[in-house]
Amino acid sequence: MIHHSSLLSIDGLPITEVARILSLTARIAQMPAAERSSILAGRRIALLFYESSTRTRTSFELAAKSLGATTTLVSDKSSSIEKGESLKDTGLTLRALGAECIILRHPASGSPELLARMTGLPVLNAGDGMHQHPSQALLDLRTILTRLHLDPTTVDEQSLKGVTVVITGDIRHSRVARSNAMLLPRLGARVLLCGPEPLLPDHASTLHPSIEIVRNFDAALKQASVAMMLRIQSERLAGLQLDLAEYIARYQLNTERLAAHAPNALVMHPGPMIRGLEIEGAVADSPNSAIEDQVAHGLAIRSALLVRALGATA
Amino acid sequence: MTDLLIRNAHIIDPATNLGTQEAAPRDLLIRAGRIAAIEAPGVLPKAGEELDATGLILAPGLIDVHVHLREPGQTYKETIATGTRAAAAGGFTTVVAMPNTIPANDTVDKLHWMLSPERNAVVHLLAMPAATLGSLGEALSDYEALAKAGAVGFTDDGKPVLEDHVMRAALVAAARLGLPISQHAEDTRLTGGCSMNHGPVAFRLGLRGMTIEAESNIVERDIQLLRDIEKSDKLRPHLHVQHVSTGKAIQAIREAKQQGLHVTCEAAPHHFTLTDEALDTREKGGVAFNTNAKMNPPLRSELDRLAVIEALLDGTVDCIATDHAPHAAHEKEVEFERAPNGITGLETALGLALRILHRDHGLSLARILALMSTNPAQIIHLKDRGNLTIGSHADLILFSPTAEWTYSAQASLSKSKNSPFDGTPMLGQIHATLSEGRIVHRT
Ligand SMILES: [Zn+2]
Repeated sequence: MIHHSSLLSIDGLPITEVARILSLTARIAQMPAAERSSILAGRRIALLFYESSTRTRTSFELAAKSLGATTTLVSDKSSSIEKGESLKDTGLTLRALGAECIILRHPASGSPELLARMTGLPVLNAGDGMHQHPSQALLDLRTILTRLHLDPTTVDEQSLKGVTVVITGDIRHSRVARSNAMLLPRLGARVLLCGPEPLLPDHASTLHPSIEIVRNFDAALKQASVAMMLRIQSERLAGLQLDLAEYIARYQLNTERLAAHAPNALVMHPGPMIRGLEIEGAVADSPNSAIEDQVAHGLAIRSALLVRALGATA
Repeated sequence: MTDLLIRNAHIIDPATNLGTQEAAPRDLLIRAGRIAAIEAPGVLPKAGEELDATGLILAPGLIDVHVHLREPGQTYKETIATGTRAAAAGGFTTVVAMPNTIPANDTVDKLHWMLSPERNAVVHLLAMPAATLGSLGEALSDYEALAKAGAVGFTDDGKPVLEDHVMRAALVAAARLGLPISQHAEDTRLTGGCSMNHGPVAFRLGLRGMTIEAESNIVERDIQLLRDIEKSDKLRPHLHVQHVSTGKAIQAIREAKQQGLHVTCEAAPHHFTLTDEALDTREKGGVAFNTNAKMNPPLRSELDRLAVIEALLDGTVDCIATDHAPHAAHEKEVEFERAPNGITGLETALGLALRILHRDHGLSLARILALMSTNPAQIIHLKDRGNLTIGSHADLILFSPTAEWTYSAQASLSKSKNSPFDGTPMLGQIHATLSEGRIVHRT
């Protein structure tokens, strides 16, 4: 059975749960460090990373440590997973060694479901294939709420009413885009997806009934309260023809474009960012940019997810 | 072997039209493994053994032209003995083993080994050997020798015969022997890295999807080859399209049939029962990435499912075949993209056909029996099976068409339990399966 405090996919998470996680995040963020470090004292958390990741791994690891938990990192370069042991057996081994929660990053979509079913442990999905990155969607939500001066401690179906989020780039291959496109409309946001057909198939509009596809970036940007930019995942582009110069011309978020169409829009990027490709460096460093905020909120949200996963009180 | 008298059955035989119009009960006598007589109740003398079939339907045993029995090479998944026991439980009295065993069944020796009585098949076992050596798609196997040794057709199932000139040569060689080439229609150049149907569900799950064109392109190519061979070689090749799953391929087959080409095709119960939504049932409290619903061709959209049903209703689809594909639990308990394709199907085929096609879509029992017995017999040229003619083998089923039950994968007689239909309601229950007059399964 899948443990009820797992977080595998954002679409399975009720809005009331999202609200609870946000308020828990706010509570933990306000705590003095000493108090915070006792919440998960003596608890054991395993990070199982089949795919390299600096940002997400460090974020989860620091979150766990700040709560006083013991962490073990099992990554593809260091372990039985390199020798071809199955995900199921690796999970069962971690459980037998006392892991109480597993944070999984994996290149195959759906792996967290499998691990959660096989181990019965709470599993936090830290990114699976092209499928989901639910903690990223939650941290993006907290970033939006904070930067747009909305209440970051709770949400309901109306919280993002009047907010238009434009997600632009390689949506086909992006678990971040999928997660945000499944979460934000449920909170009342208008979500526009933007990009060329090879990176944004029409099927994407079925992620939520209210999602719209707008191919013209300038037209989309004109409506944006938030411009969320995505990296081109060239490692997944096999078979797709993409002219990078043309892509930059049509879809890069640069100073000029931002000033012309959305001077007040909040600029976001889940990283890793390729300056000069999907986003101009100056835009990433501009006052509009919430990119560093996203990282900080990531730590806070992941702390709450760990407390929730382990059933601790905070 | 003593005589067996089955009394008071409602006999349906699409091959002879018996019982398709009226429902008067009859008695059927089996002598020396063959059907000896069919008469009104009470006319035939008492026999050594008797079976009361009051309230049940007696029909020709089901015939499946597409099963994987995994022997030789993967007996941990299934053996010929266990697979044919599952077949008997599902009402099948003849099954055709696919050649993608380890090693592939591509020589007379291997075919003999497979068909030998030592394998302990409990129902009639036939085989389609590999269309090309090692199913590598390059050089044809020895069709003439294989035909003499009992091959009922040739196929590289699991993959297509991809190269045009190889497929053409295969069709020509098989046509000379009057046998079909059974094609797994998938343009594998278009499906690399794909693990399900292309569409919104694949997009949502972050999986790469197989387009419907990957199937229809090969079907259209093969049909063009038939046309070409009929014209230039004065031969009449027989193309059998396996497990057709898309409206587009079905339309190509429909048109080819109208043009008089010799094309037949099969549909699998899962393709007329489920759609790719079965891969993500989280909204209904279920699971996502269910590897027991991973198969090839993949579960398609509702439009394609309805196209398959329509083609079963209008006769474009000639037969129902299970594509019974057993896999061990540990092989399916892996990441979705890594899991092998296929589901078990022998024990759920009749129950799904009756539920979906008969009850939901009004297909008559006689037509369903034609799709599952008479027609597959014709495709592989069986004369004395798949019908209730006097003198034919007594391959029979007795079943209740109205009984409802729930399938349990754990209770399956197959060695493997990889079915998406665990806990699914079924209509129509097998009471007994007889192979050449012997009762090989009884519920
Ligand atoms: Zn196949």
